[in-house]
Amino acid sequence: MDFLRPASWEEALAAKAEHPTAVPIAGGTDVMVEINFDHRRPEYLLDLNRVGDLYEWEVGQDSVRLGASVPYSRIMESLRAELPGLALASHTVASPQIRNRGGVGGNLGTASPAGDAHPALLAAGAEVEAESVRGSRRIPIDAFYTGVKRNALAPDELIRAVHVKKADGPQQYSKVGTRNAMVIAVCAFGLALHPETRTVRTGIGSAAPTPVRARTAEEFLEAALEEDGFWDNGKIITPSVAKQFADLCAAACNPIDDVRGTARYRRHAVGVMARRTLTWTWESYRGARRASKGAA
Amino acid sequence: MRVNFTVNGRPQEADDVWEGESLLYVLRERLGLPGSKNACEQGECGSCTVRLDGVPVCSCLVAAGQVEGRDVVTVEGLAEFARQRAERDRCETASRGDRTAAPGTSLDEARAWQARGSDSQAGEGGELAPIQQAFIDAGAVQCGFCTPGLLVAADEMLEHHPNPTDADIREALSGNLCRCTGYEKIMDAVRLAAARQGEAV
Ligand code: FES
Ligand code: FES
Repeated sequence: MDFLRPASWEEALAAKAEHPTAVPIAGGTDVMVEINFDHRRPEYLLDLNRVGDLYEWEVGQDSVRLGASVPYSRIMESLRAELPGLALASHTVASPQIRNRGGVGGNLGTASPAGDAHPALLAAGAEVEAESVRGSRRIPIDAFYTGVKRNALAPDELIRAVHVKKADGPQQYSKVGTRNAMVIAVCAFGLALHPETRTVRTGIGSAAPTPVRARTAEEFLEAALEEDGFWDNGKIITPSVAKQFADLCAAACNPIDDVRGTARYRRHAVGVMARRTLTWTWESYRGARRASKGAA
Repeated sequence: MRVNFTVNGRPQEADDVWEGESLLYVLRERLGLPGSKNACEQGECGSCTVRLDGVPVCSCLVAAGQVEGRDVVTVEGLAEFARQRAERDRCETASRGDRTAAPGTSLDEARAWQARGSDSQAGEGGELAPIQQAFIDAGAVQCGFCTPGLLVAADEMLEHHPNPTDADIREALSGNLCRCTGYEKIMDAVRLAAARQGEAV
């Protein structure tokens, strides 16, 4: 095994071009487990800890450019207002020690359907900034996950950053597991309301071969909200709408039975989380509306 | 490969390190510091917790090569680390005093380190970090396997949260498993350390 220690992003890209099989390691929270247990013996480890840019983020006009290695603990502390869904998801990652090391780049690189960040990224809307010596490109998050633990990266590409849309409305994240800490999701659900465009977006984790959106459910809810003027009148969402939304979210799953849960349970749980997160986000949308009216 | 890094305030050099080796392995097997425990090697238990550039991490998940040039504090250096922190705090509140003696803990000292709290079994002495003393006084140690990781994690929390709520403590220690105590005495110990820290100011 060889340990490559690029001191800059350019050096990292050059190393990856020269050794496309090199396994990038940043927080190490996935890679080291595989090495410790002898599940993987990569020829090259490509250490990204010395590439400082990967630990930085910039809050722009419409989106946040989040460096691939910004630890989850920093996202929780510093980006709660801009990226509330991702901040909530970050808080459910493992434990403080793991959140101090792991970042979204690792979640994306591993592309496990159970990765905690995925539902939040899908719901908020995001693009993955991938780069190689050949150039840089932005991959829409919807096109990023291509199969179980597979993603759209080319062998010579590295993830530099994720561009996540800044929240323009309430976002929620929910995760089912056997305890509060140190838990791999049985399944997870992210929901973001986008009042500016009058759209909603969802993200489902651990209930299909890849993280997915529940598009039919989104379209249904958008139409229902539009039809009855909910965005303007801020009324409570009717139970039948919430139920239909929940059912459509459950139907978007394609889960399996495994040690963590059965397919049936996962489908059921996703429906429950969909209904709950809809209630929570809609309540806070109504609250914000009332507050801004009161101020006006 | 060779890895140069700072351990408990002193520069150290580890040789013949295999590229896939963890920091935990280097500490235990190459530097002779077995305080950090190996219980799962997958980030689940926290018994290998150390501070890397001040931040608590699972040393079993840090590749040895990643610590090149960086700063690690292990449980063996915790007493000295806490003492220097307290001194720094005092210096900052008073005028800036001179810093005396070489900082940190040498490898020999760290290897020879033994708990000498003021406890009937552990004997007399003052060479414990306040959090270590609190663990003894509260009876928070049974088999002791989880203790080093808990001490490092709890000490770091108290550095940032002088008056933690129970929820703060639980959150900060949520990455550390204990299979003996049921956690209640550990909670007591951290509350005790926090209260004593408050009195000292
Ligand atoms: S040995 Fe590192 S977390 Fe368990
Ligand atoms: S005292 Fe035995 S594991 Fe905690």
